[in-house]
Amino acid sequence: MTAATAAAGPSSRGGLDLPRGARVGLAAAAIVAGAVLPLFVDAGGGFIDDATVALAYVVMALGLNIIVGFAGLLDLGYVAFFAIGAYTMGYFGSLFHITANHGQGIHVLVSGPAANLPGIHLNFLLIIVLAIVATTIAGMVIGLPTLRLRGDYIAIVTLAFGEIVQRIAINGDEIKAFGTQLTAGRQGITPVDKIDLPFLAPFTSLQLRPWYWVAFALVLIALFVNFRLRDSRLGRAWIALREDEVAAVSMGVPLVKTKLLAYGTGAAFGGVSGAFLGSYLNTVNADQFQFSFSIFVLAMIILGGLGSIWGVVVGAVVLSFINNRLIPDVLNDVPAKIGLQFDLTELSFGIFGFLLVIMMVLRPEGLIPERRRQIELQSGIEDLAVGEESVYEAKVP
Amino acid sequence: MAATSLPAAQPRALRAVRSFASRYGLIGVLLVMPVAFGIHDLQTEGDLSRLGNNLVDGLSNGSIWALVAIGYTLVYGIVELINFAHGEVFMLGSFVSAGFFGTIGLTAATGVPGLVAGLFLTLLVSMIALGVLNVMIERVAYRPLRNAPKLAPLITAVGFSFILQNVGLLWRGGSQQGIDDLINSQHELINFAGLSITHGDMLAIAVTIPLVLAMTAFISRSRLGKAMRATAQDPDAARLMGINVDTTISATFLLGGMLAGAAGLIYALYQTTIWYFQGFTAGLIAFTAAVMGGIGNIRGAVLGGLIIGGIQQISDNRIGSEWTPAIVFAYLVLIMVFKPSGLLGEQTREAG
Repeated sequence: MTAATAAAGPSSRGGLDLPRGARVGLAAAAIVAGAVLPLFVDAGGGFIDDATVALAYVVMALGLNIIVGFAGLLDLGYVAFFAIGAYTMGYFGSLFHITANHGQGIHVLVSGPAANLPGIHLNFLLIIVLAIVATTIAGMVIGLPTLRLRGDYIAIVTLAFGEIVQRIAINGDEIKAFGTQLTAGRQGITPVDKIDLPFLAPFTSLQLRPWYWVAFALVLIALFVNFRLRDSRLGRAWIALREDEVAAVSMGVPLVKTKLLAYGTGAAFGGVSGAFLGSYLNTVNADQFQFSFSIFVLAMIILGGLGSIWGVVVGAVVLSFINNRLIPDVLNDVPAKIGLQFDLTELSFGIFGFLLVIMMVLRPEGLIPERRRQIELQSGIEDLAVGEESVYEAKVP
Repeated sequence: MAATSLPAAQPRALRAVRSFASRYGLIGVLLVMPVAFGIHDLQTEGDLSRLGNNLVDGLSNGSIWALVAIGYTLVYGIVELINFAHGEVFMLGSFVSAGFFGTIGLTAATGVPGLVAGLFLTLLVSMIALGVLNVMIERVAYRPLRNAPKLAPLITAVGFSFILQNVGLLWRGGSQQGIDDLINSQHELINFAGLSITHGDMLAIAVTIPLVLAMTAFISRSRLGKAMRATAQDPDAARLMGINVDTTISATFLLGGMLAGAAGLIYALYQTTIWYFQGFTAGLIAFTAAVMGGIGNIRGAVLGGLIIGGIQQISDNRIGSEWTPAIVFAYLVLIMVFKPSGLLGEQTREAG
């Protein structure tokens, strides 16, 4: 243990130790500020665009937080759920199945321009439901082979699944089934239907405020589900499994069910966010689903603090603004100014990698730590100081 | 673990089937592809030379994976950490080698003695450079976290893998780069009963076998090797016996990095194209190899590497190289399901 880590211990004890009333007030203020934010910025501008994407990432990060933060199952293939959600959107809300119903198209509860196009077009809310179903099942299927495994092995198996899904997405244009391709590969499925909610006019790509509010509503739902789950019997079971699997199982926590529910719930958020992003970005392209994206989402929850819900929100917003605004727009020409010939955007994942290393070495509990994990990390250091804990004893997270 | 290890109240027949599956299941799964394509070849072409050629290429490719896999397995054996950055160390091995033999002026036109001497020098440089790099990674990213929860070093490992990938990206740009075909890699050297053995195959095998032999000798005979085995078994007891555990761990990373450097050179000469992303796939393939052989077991890593090489070549040749990663990863998942301890490995705590 370096001096740096030990030194970070006491100073981080402060954390976010506000009284309960102040915390509720702070949260309410943040929510109100988030809701009215788009009224003060240009409705078609770059800022609101970045903010909408950031909110979609928050939903994804909250989902991954259930798997990694609550249940302690390191999932390095989260991008698979993004892909499955996005492809659900692509399948049921675009021209992709152009021959469906003999070229007449299938339309369920859609209005606006999509109602007259060939292909399958379902209402956005139905697609969200389908995406949740598809990703929950996928999450459980991916979870199954990892049930007997722990730690690093889970990371590798989930990573392998993520890569398999990406390979299928890239090469799916070679596979023909029922007259259409499986995916559109690197060409991408485009255009994708715009969100079409009941009682509202269909969304357009010029007026971004409704998109923002939909994403914001998704974040609120995700937050609500996260808080309720964390404080539920299931949430306590996840944390118990994370802390000590053997002890939890012997106290009667059903291992299979609990772990699979973690994978399923976490995956569902990835699917919702994926469906939203499919529609918002107007394309479902295999190149979106790379391993680095899984790490990007993981970096968000590490930065914010594993298991800490508000921390994850902050981490996701910060990282997605760094990725979509700070690096490409603000800092991109810095290397050129100091005489180096490359774009900073190329290096964004190197920067995230650096961030991961720095965070883990200097402040492993994240920006806004979860209280339990913070105590755990600090007691680990104290144990070392008195020499009770073996230096090599691998504590299973 | 608890899901499957309930006390056996099952009928004896079922138990017999289960123990049969766990003993031979993995071997059966591994044999599916060669046997299926072998039968297919016999039916369509009347001989097995196509499959044989796949397997020869698989051996030489597999020896590259074996060298990388040993790095994974050594590190895992001693600190129980999947060194995610190892694939990138291998990639930088290719870059350092290509850079170095470019600098000392080796070209395809260099005569044989000069070429052999130059490549030997390149091999040494690449091994030393990457060994040192690997030791430095351990110092910066893993050592401070040895007492932290296990998630922490795994995450820094992933972080370092991205950093190194970007170093490669800055060094040689984002696209595949051709390098001089110094050894005329695809030139056929021997043609024996329809099997063609190329320069590249010979080089891969000629470098790998001595290295692996030297490595096993080092670990089983030398003092440091003994210290490594002791530390892998029980770090606390090793420390009590006066072994400097930190030095031993550094030495392990040094060895792993050196082998990855050698593998990088062979890969560069064999494939004659290198790019910054080669390490990611290679790392995963080699990791699959290490798991297949039984992680922590050097012979297992070599065996796994050769098998994965064969699978990869068959899949490249028959199914299409764009599907190869998916197939290798599917094998990885199958191993995890059937036999997480691998072909030669012991049951470990993690994979129990």
